[in-house]
Amino acid sequence: MSFLEVKNLKVHFPITGGLLGRTIDHVKAVDGVSFSIEKGKTYGLVGESGSGKTTTGRAIIGLNKITSGNVLFDGQDITNLRRSKMSARRDIQMIFQDPYSTLNPKKRVFDIVAEPLRNYENLSKREEKKRVQELLELVGLSPESIHKYPHEFSGGQRQRIGIARAIALKPKLIIADEPVSALDVSVQAQVLNFMQKIQKELGLTYLFISHDLGIIKHMCDRIGIMYKGRYVEEGTPEDIFTNPQHIYSRRLVAAIPDIDPRKREQQLQFRRTVKEEYEQSYNDYFDDKGLAYQLQPVSDTHLVALPGRG
Amino acid sequence: MGNPILEIENLRTSFRIKDNYYAAVDDVSLTVKKNELLAIVGESGCGKSALAFSIMGLHSKANVEGNIYFKGRDIANISPAKLNELRGKEMGMIFQDSLSALNPLMIIGDQIDEIIYIHNNKLAKKDRKEKVIDLLDKVGILHPAFTYNQFPHELSGGMRQRVVIAMAIANEPELLIADEPTTALDVTIQSQILDLLKKLKEDIHAGIILITHDLGVVAEMADRVAVMYAGQIVEIADVYTLFENPLHPYTRSLLNSVPNSNVVQSELHVIEGIVPSLQNLPREGCRFSPRIPWVDSSAHEKNPELHEVNPGHFVRCTCYRNFYFPEKSKGDQHHVVS
Amino acid sequence: MWKFTVRRIGIMIPQIALLSILIFIMAKMMPGDALSGLIDPSIDPATIEAMRDRLGLNNPWHIQYVDWIKGVIQGDFGQSFRFKMPVTELISQRLINTFWLSLATLILTYLIAIPLGITSGRYNDTWADRLITGYTYVGFAAPLFIFALIMVWIFGFHFGWFPTSGSVKPGLSPGTFEYVLSKINHLMLPALSMALIATVTTVQYLRSEIIDTKQKDFVVTARAKGASESRVYNRHILRNSLLPIAAFFGYEITGLIGGTIFIENIFGYPGMGQLFLESITLRDFSVVTTVVLIFGIASILGALISDIILSLVDPRIRIK
Repeated sequence: MSFLEVKNLKVHFPITGGLLGRTIDHVKAVDGVSFSIEKGKTYGLVGESGSGKTTTGRAIIGLNKITSGNVLFDGQDITNLRRSKMSARRDIQMIFQDPYSTLNPKKRVFDIVAEPLRNYENLSKREEKKRVQELLELVGLSPESIHKYPHEFSGGQRQRIGIARAIALKPKLIIADEPVSALDVSVQAQVLNFMQKIQKELGLTYLFISHDLGIIKHMCDRIGIMYKGRYVEEGTPEDIFTNPQHIYSRRLVAAIPDIDPRKREQQLQFRRTVKEEYEQSYNDYFDDKGLAYQLQPVSDTHLVALPGRG
Repeated sequence: MGNPILEIENLRTSFRIKDNYYAAVDDVSLTVKKNELLAIVGESGCGKSALAFSIMGLHSKANVEGNIYFKGRDIANISPAKLNELRGKEMGMIFQDSLSALNPLMIIGDQIDEIIYIHNNKLAKKDRKEKVIDLLDKVGILHPAFTYNQFPHELSGGMRQRVVIAMAIANEPELLIADEPTTALDVTIQSQILDLLKKLKEDIHAGIILITHDLGVVAEMADRVAVMYAGQIVEIADVYTLFENPLHPYTRSLLNSVPNSNVVQSELHVIEGIVPSLQNLPREGCRFSPRIPWVDSSAHEKNPELHEVNPGHFVRCTCYRNFYFPEKSKGDQHHVVS
Repeated sequence: MWKFTVRRIGIMIPQIALLSILIFIMAKMMPGDALSGLIDPSIDPATIEAMRDRLGLNNPWHIQYVDWIKGVIQGDFGQSFRFKMPVTELISQRLINTFWLSLATLILTYLIAIPLGITSGRYNDTWADRLITGYTYVGFAAPLFIFALIMVWIFGFHFGWFPTSGSVKPGLSPGTFEYVLSKINHLMLPALSMALIATVTTVQYLRSEIIDTKQKDFVVTARAKGASESRVYNRHILRNSLLPIAAFFGYEITGLIGGTIFIENIFGYPGMGQLFLESITLRDFSVVTTVVLIFGIASILGALISDIILSLVDPRIRIK
């Protein structure tokens, strides 16, 4: 049985307009998304801005209201349950993109990391301090740093503080929304390595949301590609990167710059071919509203949004 | 490749913090030739943007020393009026964040029109409008006459970046500086913009400086590459040499820390420690030495200089000869910092 | 755009209705009514009561309100107890006087604010900026009525350059050139006194707008285009900083109302503000009610003007 299961998830936001400000339409940010993650694995959700990947993550953890569909966590239905009322909610934590804006600048590191502990656990002052120090050590920050403020840290260190806060309650699932996008490459490497390390140590399951296909490929066991609120393709990194079937995935993969300058011409040609193909067969892959079709299996692991056959 | 368009000699750009000046760009020398794309790569705070702003004379409160020769003429020490004749005409700049780089209260057409008008006020408004529409068409805007009357916030990020590019190339500059032109964009849009820049490079025969932190972009675009660390250039080479035979420890570390989409790595390389802030830059000896403490200190030069190891391939300091990646000790990848 | 305006006006109508109800209820709560002052004390109370009945003064408040509002809409605000004349007639001349005073003040406010704000913002941290900022602090700290008294004393009594009361020299006939000149002469001192104080907010606002805009990326873009410093200022910095000031215009009107009450009394200027205080001391309630209603409507209109200007000048709002 899968650890997290998302079934036909829809998140629609109302658009108001007219003289009286009534709801005249909906933005279908997430429009029928289904996937499942196995325990201890990393699932990558890729897409460009406006694809609905972030909304999906936020809906799972309860930060966006789910319009319809279900979220099952460890066999339990957690759709639209309030955070406070849910014991299962503490098992799911989130890491955000910008480590600076999500840490309260007026609070010391100690209070930031201890906050979830205070919300969920009744610890004595001494126990609490011990736990925070352990957590900081785990994320590679010295125990003395508990008295500092977020601005005294570098970007990578701040992201580690964010991670320390996220793992304080020993969660089972972490939703990481672009956790390294704001960081420099060398710092990015630190955080990614560290996330892999604690995954092994704590048996964590990740939902890794990113626009960077290189990072997704490096981190994930299974990948879903989103476009305008829907899935266009899902599969193993092998399926997605060496055998992308949907025209949009192909275009996305072709767009990644190659680190080998000798392949420049080849890459340019490849990209041109894919672009032509994309323009020619756009109508075959998307419906009349420009949205993707339902996923169809093309192999045991590989699903592609192709027009319904029969 | 042609003649040098730009020659920079011993450029030093310092910013005042409290009562002291700190050099963000420290003793940088480089040349850019006609038809050449020089990529300047480095992480945030390495001084690459400060360098670009120094060339364009855009720093309002910095102390810029050294010489910048544009087509043989020193532009680091000329009057603002003379500089204004060059900026926007012979030197163009593309900015990173297209939303804030455009005036929110002015239509697109007027913003591009302005750069043409400033340098050629004899051209009639009607002719300028025609030229602006041609430019918009050239950078791949689908409905140029319509976009002419739109405001920046009405366009998507990719479209806005095209507008910023159209503006920079309006007077067919001989030097084009692109400061992280694709950082804020989605990958598919990024590849479109990069393709556009490639096409323009062939069309306008300019020398281009591309500033980026993205090694993939460098590999795809550059003819030559300069790697910057802590305000200095640590390595310059042609793009093939740099990716195939990188020498400086920083270049090698950087290349190893990027997730490579061709090879599956179990773990990414991590550079020890952190990038020092402007006030805490080590001003003596090899600036990268604190980040490779396992390399014997005698390997570093006292006053590290750029050495030409092969024709056209320069490396700073001698430590590259003794550099090696440390054995990965299990589970202790991250360095504990206080 | 028109949709926004229509919706905005739609919001305004209930605001005005609510305002009129509040004012009416407050007026009713005050002791006495239209008959208390008029009537000979020797008249039989029963007769007074019959008179009240006939005038509808014993009806429930909402019926009385409807009667009152019907009159108001037709321009009938009732009778002034004190002046024994219709309120409409009493107010019309004063309304015009206050209008001219406000207009003159507004013009002077901007005439002072724009050059000072621009100088202060463009050359911030120079001696000129420090001087101007110093003036704005004094302006913030000085109470209007004390400042106005000083002005009257210096320029009215001591130098005698300006008249110290009235709105026009008696004996001149309306429409003549002398009449207009005399009007302006009477306006100058009160308008200037008010403007000198009211302008400091705008100076400060403009200064910080300019300092803020100076650091925007699009200003760097303009410099990279090769634009001269004066062009960078005129086309990019000033234009973008003046627009929020333009939008503030409507709210200035609201500020003026408070100002005119003090100024007109100190300068003996026959306008709405003076009438307002006079009517309160004389308990001339029908006049007070009318004045409050007009002031209220002016404030609401001011806010409306601000919103409309903002939506006109800022394309980011205009689109919605």
